Amino acid sequence: MDEKTPLIEVEDLSKTFGLLPVLRSVNFGVARAETIMLLGQNGGGKTTLLRLLAGLSKPTTGAIRIGGWQMPTEAMEVRRQIGLLSHQPLLYGNLSARENLDFFGKLYGMAKDERAERIGALLDQVGLAKRADSLARGFSRGMQQRLSIARANLHQPEILLLDEPFTGLDQAAAETLEGLVLSAQREERTLIIATHQLGRAPTLAGRALILSRGQIAFDGNIETMSAANLGELYTRVCNGAAMA
Amino acid sequence: MKTRFRIAVLAIVSKDLRAEIRSRELLSVMAIFAFLCILVFSFALELERVAREEAISGVLWVTLVFASLLGFNRSLAQEGDQGNLDAMLLAPVSRPAIFFGKLLSNYFFTLIVALVILPLMTVIYNSNLLKGWLIVTTVVGVFGFSSIGTLLAMLTLHTRSREAMLPIAMLPVALPLLLTAVRATTGILNDSPAREWLVWLQLLAAVTVIYLALCWLLSGFVLEE
Repeated sequence: MDEKTPLIEVEDLSKTFGLLPVLRSVNFGVARAETIMLLGQNGGGKTTLLRLLAGLSKPTTGAIRIGGWQMPTEAMEVRRQIGLLSHQPLLYGNLSARENLDFFGKLYGMAKDERAERIGALLDQVGLAKRADSLARGFSRGMQQRLSIARANLHQPEILLLDEPFTGLDQAAAETLEGLVLSAQREERTLIIATHQLGRAPTLAGRALILSRGQIAFDGNIETMSAANLGELYTRVCNGAAMA
Repeated sequence: MKTRFRIAVLAIVSKDLRAEIRSRELLSVMAIFAFLCILVFSFALELERVAREEAISGVLWVTLVFASLLGFNRSLAQEGDQGNLDAMLLAPVSRPAIFFGKLLSNYFFTLIVALVILPLMTVIYNSNLLKGWLIVTTVVGVFGFSSIGTLLAMLTLHTRSREAMLPIAMLPVALPLLLTAVRATTGILNDSPAREWLVWLQLLAAVTVIYLALCWLLSGFVLEE
């Protein structure tokens, strides 16, 4: 693949559920090692967009290419490169934290020794090493989220899609997650983070996409913006899109 | 590169077995329901002794179908309610591997229930159901029901009233399995000559193989959105 070609290319993407259009003619590209904040009101299409990028959903029209592979028809080729943190935990309550990760490690074709080593390191990183053998159903929302982060990161995907990752986390867990995001950035991985928490956006990403009513209402640099300025921009953009 | 099919299937089966050993959510519900079903049929048919004897094979298979419906619904609900199916679909695993893993788990649980109710019915209905060929018929028939039930449970997983949708979708499709299984069972229970019931057992096996092949082919479409 050409160095200048974006890792993720989205062209004229639309998604309709029944008669309800959720995404309308969405276009953007994401370069390798770039971090993007995906902002927008509830029902704006953020989760739908992340599911489409993860290959869990099919576009109604338009195209998504990841690393040159067409999604979802060639999704099998890129699945190993994608990690998704959904707002559902995607964990089995009747399995322990270690067993959950071991199961997903097997699905990703990791060898036994590699799984053991990686799972140990990840549980330590997310602060669950002492609860490794406790059942996930006994975990608080924050602990489940931390285990979900470990699951999404288990196979060291090149692309991390995080859907509302800070929801339900206490201060310590949010800092752990922020640390993981920064460490993924240092490893030059590509991140798309959907969030409502505008305050975190400028510290974690250089670019933001604001989705409003299924369309990209803003796509630009936020690196130099304060949280307050971003908040103002967000309100203006969303109100403008609503009036249009 | 795809994770090898066998590893994925075994991972799903061992995950389901481990979770079930811990929770006993599936087996206990299926077994209790099957036991109550047998009792209810026993009381309902008590006055008519001849009818009761003739109805044993029907009672056995209807009980198994209803108990398996409960099991399939709960087994797939465990995947759907927490979005775990999405996590499996995200992995580089072929869709038929996910289907086959869930099918083997469901088959294993339903077969355990079947092997528990055979001696129970032997006692309650005072008729020997522990015959070799009857066990063979059960093993084959349960596999057929598990194939179609697993696929349809995946299909109805995200429908609004999935508990009602699965029986509505499954019972008509399962009729050829039910018919052949009941005919083979009746022949075996009546000690009829093998030539009279073997053809039904062979038909049951053929329908099971056809359903398995169809489910295998359709699993990709069903598991994708």
